[in-house]
Amino acid sequence: MSNIKKAFENGKAFIPFITCGDPDLETTAAVVRAMAKNGADLIELGIPFSDPTAEGPTIQGANIRALKGGVTTDRIFELVKELRKDVSVPMVFMTYANVIFSYGAEKFISTCKNIGIDGLILPDLPFEEKDEFLPLCNKYDVDLISLIAPTSEKRIAMIAKEAKGFIYIVSSLGVTGVRSEIKTDLVPIIEIVRQNAAVPCAIGFGISTSEQAKKMAALSDGAIVGSAIIKLVEKHGKNAAEYVGAYVKSMKDAVR
Amino acid sequence: MTNPNGRFGIHGGQYIPETLMNAVIELEQAYNFYKNDPAFNQELTALLNEYAGRPSRLYYAEKMTTDLGGAKIYLKREDLNHTGSHKINNVLGQALLAKKMGKTRLIAETGAGQHGVATATACALLGMECVVFMGEEDIRRQALNVYRMKLLGATVVPVHSGTGTLKDAVSEAMREWTSRVSDTLYCLGSVMGPHPFPTIVRDFQAVISKEIKQQILEKEKRLPRAVIACVGGGSNAIGSFYHFINDTEVKLIGCEAAGKGVDTFETAATISTGRVGIFHGMKSYFCQDKYGQIAPVYSISAGLDYPGIGPEHAYLHDTGRAEYVPITDEEAVCAFEYIAKTEGIISAVESAHAIAHAMKLAPTMDKNESIVITLSGRGDKDCAAIARYRGENIHE
Repeated sequence: MSNIKKAFENGKAFIPFITCGDPDLETTAAVVRAMAKNGADLIELGIPFSDPTAEGPTIQGANIRALKGGVTTDRIFELVKELRKDVSVPMVFMTYANVIFSYGAEKFISTCKNIGIDGLILPDLPFEEKDEFLPLCNKYDVDLISLIAPTSEKRIAMIAKEAKGFIYIVSSLGVTGVRSEIKTDLVPIIEIVRQNAAVPCAIGFGISTSEQAKKMAALSDGAIVGSAIIKLVEKHGKNAAEYVGAYVKSMKDAVR
Repeated sequence: MTNPNGRFGIHGGQYIPETLMNAVIELEQAYNFYKNDPAFNQELTALLNEYAGRPSRLYYAEKMTTDLGGAKIYLKREDLNHTGSHKINNVLGQALLAKKMGKTRLIAETGAGQHGVATATACALLGMECVVFMGEEDIRRQALNVYRMKLLGATVVPVHSGTGTLKDAVSEAMREWTSRVSDTLYCLGSVMGPHPFPTIVRDFQAVISKEIKQQILEKEKRLPRAVIACVGGGSNAIGSFYHFINDTEVKLIGCEAAGKGVDTFETAATISTGRVGIFHGMKSYFCQDKYGQIAPVYSISAGLDYPGIGPEHAYLHDTGRAEYVPITDEEAVCAFEYIAKTEGIISAVESAHAIAHAMKLAPTMDKNESIVITLSGRGDKDCAAIARYRGENIHE
């Protein structure tokens, strides 16, 4: 059974994201521990990529800062190994296909299994290309997470039927980043997901306030927040853990 | 050459966000319909001939031939097309297709500005809105083309991320497309990106080799020994190669931008220095580090300053059907000056990479043989940069 399932056993899930190595890996470790301690149900760890085409300016900035700081895939694996000594919350990697392909897909995915990574979110790997990594993900029991977008329409059922772990519902058109309002009517999308999927679904992209998170979690099984957390890290740097912890607590309280 | 999933051997594919999947499927369906539609093809041919000035000339470069003392050299004069490069061939096709699909807005990336100018031109002609993404470094070195785009009514959006060059402009155009798909088509400028772009752009550029074949058979009564073109993403090269792929006696040679040399980090020679990866929607060769981070490439030529290469070129390289050679900035600049003085033609610095290789190759060949160099664009846009490269303090 997928460990990700546990993330949805504690009421509605709150799923925070952090770019590893922004501004350094010590800060990331402290932030992840603060997230876990304050009620995060699933943690998305971003492995930075030089050209993150699905990200808005905020997470692009985090990627640049992390890479400038010298973070690498191997150093992030070490970080996770260290975190797994005391953090039991399910964790997934969010990165781009080339990071895995270039490392050697089997080496990357088997390492995920060994260090306790439960899934992979790859915004540039749509349904049509999932065979690039899916056989290896199945072999090593790492969930390859499917994304569904406002434009998916007739594709929703097809994607939902084969989804593993949980389904990441993209709330809005465009790239990641804080939005004042989420305008997409997600109700009909989630209805089709519910009819076809055997796994829970959570909504991400554009969520920053507790009101938004509450609303999105009410529609689905959880809310995902990235850019709002990256902004806290950008503002507080090495001292970010305390602020991110308080933020995660307020968001979990709002969605539960 | 393309299988149904848009693969060229292992290369190609559709590595893009889910948000864009229906948009590329819609594009593929529309293209598969219109490419066989006589009315569409008639309209496109009329635009290419009456507006863009096709067919372009295949010019016998007699002075260059005599001077180099080997194979006869022919120049395929894409520089004489309207807007000054081969980019118009693809843009007229895609813009007309977009119009048939009911789209009212085109977005595009540009490096040297040639594709941006061509897209702005087609939008002006067909009454569409145009937004061009261009790296800030390229805006600086191609100021004249920025002005041309604005003059044609386009909005030019400076891209500050990454190295501020072509790769960043592509990333930003892709980001923009995910935020607005219903009325907008991404008019991609090269044989790259997710399927179906590498196939669509190739088909629209294949007019180059179709014409070369007819023209050389008229003039020489036999096929050329080699066809040489510069390669960034590779649209003029694939256009020049396409109708010769099955003629195995014709060597197909792509000239990559080596920048300051393939043994330096300041290079954009993808086949020489890259390895297989997944980026910008496709599997192909990319300049990248050990962890798959895309390399900040460099070339004097903004149009070739890209860390990847189109998937069909990657396949032609894998199978050995085409050969890819690196040409340095210095070699390209010498060729730029050489063809100006020898033939009275100011070539784009991109195309000068192909000329540079022909200058090495022609003298080793028999006088009865011929080679064709595609002159993909004209070089007015490059004069100031090359003057500066030579230490002359010229500003546009």
